[in-house]
Amino acid sequence: MNIVVAMKQIPDVRQIRIRNRQPVLEGVPLTFGSIDKNALELGVSLKEAQGSGKVIVVSAGSEELQDTIKEALAAGADEAYLVIDDKLEQADGAVIAHVLAETIKKIDDVDLILCGEGSGDNYSGQAASRIAELLDLPQVGYASAVEIQNGTSRVTRSLEDGEEVLEVPLPLVVTVVADINQPRIPSVTQILKAGRKPQEIWELADLGIEPGAAVETVSNLAPELQRQRVVVKSNEEFTQVLQAEGFTGR
Amino acid sequence: MIKVGKIVIYSEKTELARELVTAALEIQGAERSVTAVCINDEEQTRDLAARGIAVVNLSAPGVHPSDTASTARALQQVVDELEAELVLLASNRRGKELAGRLAQRLNAGCLTDVTGMAIQEGRLACTRNTLGGATVATQFIKTARQVIAVAPRTYEPAAEKPGGSVDDMTVSISAASGIKLVETRARDKDSVDITTADLLVVVGQGLENQEDLVRAAALARFLGGEVACTKPVATDRKWLSEERVIGLSGKTCKPQLAILLGISGQVQFTVGIRDARTIIAINNDENAPIFQMADYVMVADLADVLPPL
Repeated sequence: MNIVVAMKQIPDVRQIRIRNRQPVLEGVPLTFGSIDKNALELGVSLKEAQGSGKVIVVSAGSEELQDTIKEALAAGADEAYLVIDDKLEQADGAVIAHVLAETIKKIDDVDLILCGEGSGDNYSGQAASRIAELLDLPQVGYASAVEIQNGTSRVTRSLEDGEEVLEVPLPLVVTVVADINQPRIPSVTQILKAGRKPQEIWELADLGIEPGAAVETVSNLAPELQRQRVVVKSNEEFTQVLQAEGFTGR
Repeated sequence: MIKVGKIVIYSEKTELARELVTAALEIQGAERSVTAVCINDEEQTRDLAARGIAVVNLSAPGVHPSDTASTARALQQVVDELEAELVLLASNRRGKELAGRLAQRLNAGCLTDVTGMAIQEGRLACTRNTLGGATVATQFIKTARQVIAVAPRTYEPAAEKPGGSVDDMTVSISAASGIKLVETRARDKDSVDITTADLLVVVGQGLENQEDLVRAAALARFLGGEVACTKPVATDRKWLSEERVIGLSGKTCKPQLAILLGISGQVQFTVGIRDARTIIAINNDENAPIFQMADYVMVADLADVLPPL
């Protein structure tokens, strides 16, 4: 049983600064989305529970990905299947899903494809659903628990107003929520070993996929915040503010 | 000239479908060009038809919202039948999961978590948060067909209005995906919907101990509101449940008043609260970025502020 984890290389959103309402991406380190790391942790722990198979990370992006991927290989992934191409810079979720689906087809005996419920930058949540459709597989989004037993999965989907437990035959696509687990911190030995784990690398042309985008972005600016920033100096003043806002308490 | 063609709307949640009716009519003034699809749901069919639009009462045996693949198949058949160009879904969890799958089936471009739509130069411009909430992007979908998932509470629910109609339709979808719903559990009774509260007291990692949390909750109760938190307070400290988390991967709230305690102000959080009418921020770090987005700023230790309140 092999488990595929699809991960997205993104700029570390905590380090993005805003200048004249424009995001400054220069010098911002690349990493994987935080929920992607929960998906990887689930994959690694399921593999450990099974005692067999491999965890293979698939990802598509710029050439820095060869470095970024070491994070995932240190955190327990066995191999990486990467699509590295400068032309992916303009690609949207539809193209990325197509690229990842074609890459996953190259992997044998895939029983489970895991993703985060949304990427750390766009949080669009489309890729997993598109991959499931492209591969004609069932899917369960927003999983808060996943068990694998005797060729089937038992997945708990966490919704706004409740949870549902589903039984789904393998293979399937699952997206996970952030509180499903706590990703492990790799040891120094694991970090050192990560660079020696296998990486298979393709370009877009190898997959026969034309770069493109179904979505055009016309502007991307930080919102204007027009707040007064009135200084409140004491608890008395604070209470006055509450009253002025119409909240006097019971 | 508005170039948006026929619109199909769908949400398994009736209250969100009502919001989509408003959204669709705002984009496309002609009521006859808007069709709501209700899947195996007579009650929703009646509810939406009473809002003055055409409704397809779709009978799709074996199709359940928990099976995203078969729901997408059923919807695709209606979209094809009606030759609709735009599908509006709700961007709740089910809707978001469905959006990508349906878009792939329709060969459509897709945007989710859309917080605003407007016609610009004959095209439909959508706004949504990007870069973890640091920025708001304006985007167009370039494909002939479009799937857009609209963030809940972006539009008011449509009011009742005469003129609606119901068409019955049946589709047969083979239950090939093999998904079996074993159990459903509603949220616990003490569960709370922070998105509907007029006042929120929101706590962050600057809270030093659980006593302060108790005091913050007491303040919220006294003022008739709810307590909410940043993500680490729920996922790392486990002080509050996930349903009280505000931010990109939590809830988006627009209360009348938000009191932010011990919150530094990372965008992944602020994106969920920046539309509050009034924001009061209290933090002991005078350089905390949260002060940039507050109407009232108070530099103080929570231990000095909370007990007297």
